[in-house]
Amino acid sequence: MSTTVNSNAGASASASTSTRGSDGRVFSYYPGCSQMAMNRAYDVSTRSVAARLGLELVELEDWNCCGATAYVAIREEQAFVLSARNLALAEQAGRPLVTACSGCFVVLNKANKYMAEDPELRSDITRALAAGSMRYRGTVAVRHFLDVVVNDVGEETVRAQVTRPLTGLKVAAYHGCQFSRPFGERADPEFPDTMDRLVNWLGGETVPFALKAKCCGGLMMTTQPDVGRALTGKILKAAKEAGADCVITCCPLCQFNLEGFQRRVGAAVGCDCALPVLYFTQLMGHAFGLDARALALGDSLTPVAELLHREAVHS
Amino acid sequence: MAVASLDLREVFLQKLYSIPNGRKVNECIQCGTCSASCPTSHAMDYSPREIIAALRAGMLDRVLRSNTVWLCSSCYSCSVRCPAGIPFTDVMYELKRLGVKHRIGDKGAPNTVMAREFVHLVDRRGRNHEPALIRQYFLHTNPLRALRQFPLALRLWWRGRMPLRGHTIKGAAGLRRMMAAIEENGSK
Repeated sequence: MSTTVNSNAGASASASTSTRGSDGRVFSYYPGCSQMAMNRAYDVSTRSVAARLGLELVELEDWNCCGATAYVAIREEQAFVLSARNLALAEQAGRPLVTACSGCFVVLNKANKYMAEDPELRSDITRALAAGSMRYRGTVAVRHFLDVVVNDVGEETVRAQVTRPLTGLKVAAYHGCQFSRPFGERADPEFPDTMDRLVNWLGGETVPFALKAKCCGGLMMTTQPDVGRALTGKILKAAKEAGADCVITCCPLCQFNLEGFQRRVGAAVGCDCALPVLYFTQLMGHAFGLDARALALGDSLTPVAELLHREAVHS
Repeated sequence: MAVASLDLREVFLQKLYSIPNGRKVNECIQCGTCSASCPTSHAMDYSPREIIAALRAGMLDRVLRSNTVWLCSSCYSCSVRCPAGIPFTDVMYELKRLGVKHRIGDKGAPNTVMAREFVHLVDRRGRNHEPALIRQYFLHTNPLRALRQFPLALRLWWRGRMPLRGHTIKGAAGLRRMMAAIEENGSK
C-alpha cells in the first residue's frame, strides 16, 4: 500500500469527495480509542450533532493511537511517530483533522507544532514514516470538535437547530485542562467560555464555575485513587454548590472520572456528589430534538435521561 | 555510582535542552507560581518549584526517587502561568522517561505500570483497548483491588461500554517498521 502524497492531492481529494468541500465543512474525524469503548456515547452523539449542523465527519481511515499522555511518558519520539502517522493519513485525505477528545487533541496538536518548530525532530519523524511508506509535509490543521461547533459553525446555525430549548436548565460547563491548555489558541487557557456560549445558544444557562478548567486527576483515579478522588470531588462539589443541575464535559476521561465514581468521591470530600454528567454533544443533541438512541443516553452512569426528560416536561 | 549519576545528569540536560524552550529551566526565578498552580502539589514530596531548585543543585537522583514525577497529570497549569516560560509539563515528561528507562524511582509504581501496559498494547495493536488495559493494570499491581472495581465494570459492561474484543489497525506492520526505524535512527 503506497501512501505517498503529491502536492495537489489535498485540494483535489476534498473537492472530489464532497460537494461541501469548499466551505470548510468536511473534516477527517479522529474518534480516539476511548470512544471505541468506555466513551462510545461521545462518538455516537458527536456524529449525530455533526450531521444536524451540516458538518461532514469522514472517519480517518485506519487511524492509530494519538501518542497519548500515557505513551509519551515512556517513549518520546515513538509517541511523535504515532501522532505523525495520523497527521500523514489526514494530509493524504486532504482535510483538516477534528477530534472530540481533548487528550487526543492536545497530543496531535502538540506533535504538529513541535515537528514544525524542531527540524531535528522533523527529520527523525520523516525518516521513520518513510520506513512505513508514509510522508507528512506539515499541512494539517488539528481542531477540537467543540471549537469547530462554536467558532466555525457559530451561533446562527446552532440556534436554528434548537427545537427543545434548555429553558431553566442550570449547567456547569466543565472544560477541563487540555481543551485550552497549553496553547490557548481558540479559548482562554485559564478560563475558557466556549461551552458557556454554546449552552446559552441552546437556551440554557451556565452557573459561575471557578473550577471549570481545573484538573480532574486523569488516570490517577485508577493509579492514585486518593489523589484522583480529591480532585474530582472538588469539581463536583463546586458544581453542586453553584446550583448546577448537571455538568457537561468535552473530554472522555473527564467524563468518566466525573460520572463513574460519585459515591466514593463524595465520601472522600465529605459531600454528596451525585450529579448528572453528560458530554456537551448529548446536551446539544437533546436541544436539537434528537432522541435518546441517537445520543446514546442509555450509556450514562448518572440519571441523564431522567434529567432531560424532566427538562422537556418543564419547558 | 557518582560517575554514573553524573552521566545521567548529562543525559538529562541534553534531553531537556532538546525540548522546545527546554533551556528556559535556567531562567527559573523560584517564584513558586508552578507550585501554587499545581492541582496535585499537596500530595508531592517536592513541589514543582522545589524540583527545579533540586535539578539546578544537581540532585537528579533525589528528584527521580520522589513521588512528584508521576503525580503530574499533564494539566499544563504551570506551563501556561510560568513567568519565565518554562514548559514544566514537558520537564516532568522527560523525568518520567528517564526514571523508567534507567529504572530509578519506584514510589509511583502504579502509574508506571499503567503507562507501560498502555505502551505494550499500542505497540502491538496500534490502538489502546481500555478493557484490556484495565485488566493488565490490575494483574500487575493489585488483583484484589480489581474486585472493588467489579461492580463498576459490570455496570459498564451492561451498557456495552466494555467490549471484549479490541481492534488491531491494518497498518500495524507498517507502524512496527516505523517504530523500529525511530529506535535505530532517532537522534533523541
